[in-house]
Amino acid sequence: MATTAEGFDTHTEDHAHDHADHKPGFFKRWFMSTNHKDIGTLYLIFAIIAGIVGGAMSGVMRLELAEPGIQYLAGAVEFFGGNPSENANLHMWNVFITAHGLIMVFFMVMPAMIGGFGNWFVPLMIGAPDMAFPRMNNVSFWLTVAGFISLCFSLFVPGTGPDALGAGVGWTVYAPLSTTGNPGPAVDFAIFSLHLAGAGSILGATNFITTIFNMRAPGMTLHKMPLFVWSVLVTAFLLLLALPVLAAAITMLLTDRNFQTTFFDPAGGGDPVLYQHLFWFFGHPEVYIMILPGFGMISQIVATFSRKPVFGYLGMAYAMVAIGVVGFIVWAHHMYTVGLDVNTKMYFTAATMVIAVPTGVKIFSWIATMWGGSMEFKSPMVWAMGFIFLFTVGGVTGVVLANGGIDDNLHDTYYVVAHFHYVLSMGAVFSLFAGFYYWFPKMSGRMHSEFLSHLHFWGFFIGVNVIFFPQHFLGMNGMPRRIPDYPEAFAYWNEISSYGYMIMALSMIVFFVNLAYAFTIGKKAAANPWGEGATTLEWTLSSPPPFHQFETLPVIEDHHDYHDHRPASA
Amino acid sequence: MGLKSKASLGTFMMGHIHTRLKFGFMALFAAMLAVAIPHTAFAQETVGSEVPATAAPDEVPAGETEAPEAVGAYTPLEPVEGKGMPTAATDDIWKSMTFQDQYTEDGIYALNMHDYILMPVITAISIFVLGLLLWVVVRYNRRANPEPSRTTHNTLIEVIWTIVPALILVVIAVPSITLLARQYETPPEEAITIKATGYQWYWGYTYPDHGEVEIISNMLSDADAIANGEPAKLAVDNRMVVPAGVPLRIQTTAADVIHAFAVPSLWFKMDAVPGRLNEKLLTIKEPGLYYGQCSELCGARHGYMPIAVEALPMEEFEAWVLEQGGSLPGAEPAAEEAVEDTAEPAPAA
Repeated sequence: MATTAEGFDTHTEDHAHDHADHKPGFFKRWFMSTNHKDIGTLYLIFAIIAGIVGGAMSGVMRLELAEPGIQYLAGAVEFFGGNPSENANLHMWNVFITAHGLIMVFFMVMPAMIGGFGNWFVPLMIGAPDMAFPRMNNVSFWLTVAGFISLCFSLFVPGTGPDALGAGVGWTVYAPLSTTGNPGPAVDFAIFSLHLAGAGSILGATNFITTIFNMRAPGMTLHKMPLFVWSVLVTAFLLLLALPVLAAAITMLLTDRNFQTTFFDPAGGGDPVLYQHLFWFFGHPEVYIMILPGFGMISQIVATFSRKPVFGYLGMAYAMVAIGVVGFIVWAHHMYTVGLDVNTKMYFTAATMVIAVPTGVKIFSWIATMWGGSMEFKSPMVWAMGFIFLFTVGGVTGVVLANGGIDDNLHDTYYVVAHFHYVLSMGAVFSLFAGFYYWFPKMSGRMHSEFLSHLHFWGFFIGVNVIFFPQHFLGMNGMPRRIPDYPEAFAYWNEISSYGYMIMALSMIVFFVNLAYAFTIGKKAAANPWGEGATTLEWTLSSPPPFHQFETLPVIEDHHDYHDHRPASA
Repeated sequence: MGLKSKASLGTFMMGHIHTRLKFGFMALFAAMLAVAIPHTAFAQETVGSEVPATAAPDEVPAGETEAPEAVGAYTPLEPVEGKGMPTAATDDIWKSMTFQDQYTEDGIYALNMHDYILMPVITAISIFVLGLLLWVVVRYNRRANPEPSRTTHNTLIEVIWTIVPALILVVIAVPSITLLARQYETPPEEAITIKATGYQWYWGYTYPDHGEVEIISNMLSDADAIANGEPAKLAVDNRMVVPAGVPLRIQTTAADVIHAFAVPSLWFKMDAVPGRLNEKLLTIKEPGLYYGQCSELCGARHGYMPIAVEALPMEEFEAWVLEQGGSLPGAEPAAEEAVEDTAEPAPAA
C-alpha cells in the first residue's frame, strides 16, 4: 500500500491540481461519464424518477383500495391504451402490483443505495480517486436505465390478451402464471428488464468488490473501513452470488415461454415449485441487499450526530457479514404453504429466527452508540432514529412470520405486506432519506432547510405508519394480498390506510420543495457541516468535492482508530 | 356464538379481544415459564363444544325431500356473524384487529401461541427499543450531555444482547416446532378425502370417497350474496360441504396456474400447484360456515374466487352427498373401491 501511494504521489506531483476540476462538456460528462460522483448523481436522479413512478402507482392502488368495488382501474387501462373490460381492469391491478414492486426494488431502492450512495461515497470514504473500473461503472448505470425502459415498455404491450396490457404476474413472476398464464409479450419485456438490471448490478458489484479490496488508501485496513463501506462490500457479495441465480431462473422462464422447454411445466416433467426455489434463493438475499447499505448509513449518521464512535465496531461489521451469510440459507420461508416437508419447514423456521440475533446486535449497538453521546437532532439523525424504531417493528413481525405454523394463516395476507413495507418502505426508505440529508450538502455544496427536512420527516413518519400499521389488522383478520376488491368487512382499515397515503404524499411535496429551496436560496455548505462527529474522509474534502479527488492519497496513520480518519492537522 | 358463556379459563383464552390484549403482558412472563411444558401450557381449550342451532329450515332447497336413504337432511347453513368470516371494524373494532376465532385444534394452539407468546414478546421488544430511544433523546442530547463519552466497547453487554435474544428465540421455537409437528399429522386411514382443484377462477371440489361427486364453486354476485344474507365477495353458489368433527384429508391441486386454498378461521392454507397433490389433515371442531379466499396470485380474477367450507353434522353431510348424486362409503362395493383409491393419491395433472 505504501508503495502504491508513493507511485500515485510522484505521478500526480506535476499536474496535481490543475486537472482536479477540469470537467468535460455536458453530454460527455453526463452520458459518457466515468466519474464515480457523476455516476452516483445520475443514479440518484434516476432513483428519484423511478420512485415517483412507483409511488404514483401505489397511489392509484391505495385509491382503488380506499373502498370496496372497482372504481379506478378502467381509467388506468385507458391510460395505457387498452380497452376497459372487467377482466382487463382486474388484470390492470396485477400489472400495478407487478410494476410497483419491480420498480421500487430494482429501480428505486437498489440504484439509490448502491448505485447512488455507494458510488458517491465508497471511493471517498476509503480515500480512492475513483472506482476501479470507471467505464464499467457507466455501463452498469445505463444497463439499469435500459432495464427500466424495458419494464415501462411492458406496460403498453399485451399481457393476457390484446386488450389486457402489461405483465400481471407479481414481482415474483411465478410460473405458470408467468408462462401460460400471461402469454403476451409483456412478460418477456419484464423478464428482459430484470436481465438488464441484474447484469448492471452484477457489474456494479464486481466493481465495488474490486475497489474496496484494492483501492483503499494506505493504512486503511479492512478493520478501519467505515461501516458504510463494509455494508456495501457485503451487499456486493450478495449481489454477485444471488443475481446469477435469478438470471438463470428467468432465462428458464423465457425458454419455457418461447422455446417450448418445460423447466417449470409439469406436463413435461418440470415443476412450478422449482421456479420458486430459484427465485427465492435470489429473492431473500435481495431483501438484505436492499437493507444492508441502509444499516451502514445509519451507523455513520448515528455516530456523527452522537459525536461518539460507533459502539462495537467489529460486532457491527461482522453482524452484517453474518446477516449476509445466513440470508442465503433461509429462502424457503417464503414458500411455507407450497407443500414443503415438515422437516424442511422446521429447519427454515429455526434458520430464519437466527437472523434476528445479528439484527438485534445492530439495533442495540446503535442505541449504545447514542448512549453517553452528545446528540444533536439534525435532519439525518431524526430519520436515522425513525429508522431504528420502525425497522424494529418490521423486524419483530418478521419473527412472527418466521414461524412456519403461524405463517399458515398469515402467508400471502396483508400482514406480510405490512411486514415488508415496515422493513422496506420504512427501513430502506428511511435510511435513504437519512443518507440523503446527511450527504446532500456534501454532494451539492448547498444546505437544505432543516425545518423542511423535519417537516418531511414527521409527515412521512405519520403517513407511512397510518398506511401500513392497519394492514397488520387486515392481514390477521384474513385479507389476502394482491386483490383489488375485498369483502365489506375490510373496508374500514383500508380506508384509513389510504388516508395515510395522502399524508405521505403531502410530505413528499415538502421533500421536493426542500430540494428546490436548497438549489436556489440554500446556503453554501462547508466542507464539514456536521461538526466534530463527522470523522470519515469525505468530510475532509470541499463541498462539493473536486471533480477528481485524492490525487495525493490520504494516509491513515497507525494512531487513527477505525472511526476517525481525519488527518492529525485538521 | 357460545364463546362468551364458557366459564373460567375458557373465557380467558378465547374470550373477548379486550381481555386478550389486556393480559398480554402478564402472558409474556407466563410464556417464559410455560416453555418448559409446551404441550400442556396450551391446553386445548375448546371453542365451545355445543353445536349452534342450525339455520331455521325455512329455505328448503328443491329436491331435498327426494334424498334417498338419508338419515338426516341437508339444509344450507346461514352464516353466523363473526364466525368463520372477517369482522368489520364498525361491528367490533377489537375483533377486526386480530385473528378470526379458530375452529380447529391446531388453529387454537397457533392462535394461543401468537396471542400469549409472540404478541407479548414483540410488543415488549418494540416498547423496550422505543423506551431506550426516548431515554437517550432525553438524557444524552447535546444540552443535557455536552461532553460525549468515548466508550466503544463493553464485552459484558455485548454478550448479553446476543444471548438474551437467542434465548427468547428458543422460547418461541419450542412451541413453533411443536405446532409444525401437529400440523403435519398424517390423516388416519378412515379420513374423508376431499380434493380441492384451483381453476382460473373458481374452485372444484371432488369427493373420491363418495362416488367422485364433483362440485364447481363460483363466487356469487354481490346482489345474490346479499340477498342470501351472506358476505359479498365471500359467498359462493356451491359450497364445499364437509362433515364436522371427523378427520378430513384435504388435497389441493390446480389445473392451470398456482392457486392457494385458504380458510383463515381454520388456520388452513395450502397451495394448489399444477402437477402436485398437496395433502393435509383438517378436523373442524363444530358445524359452521367458514369462508376463505384464494391466496396465491392467479390472474385477473384472483380476488374473485372465494372458498366457503360448510361443516355439517355427519348425517346432514351424508344427506347432502346423496343429494348430489354421490354414494356413501361402505354402502356398496363401488364406494369401497374409491376409498382404496385414495390411499395412494396420484397427481391430478
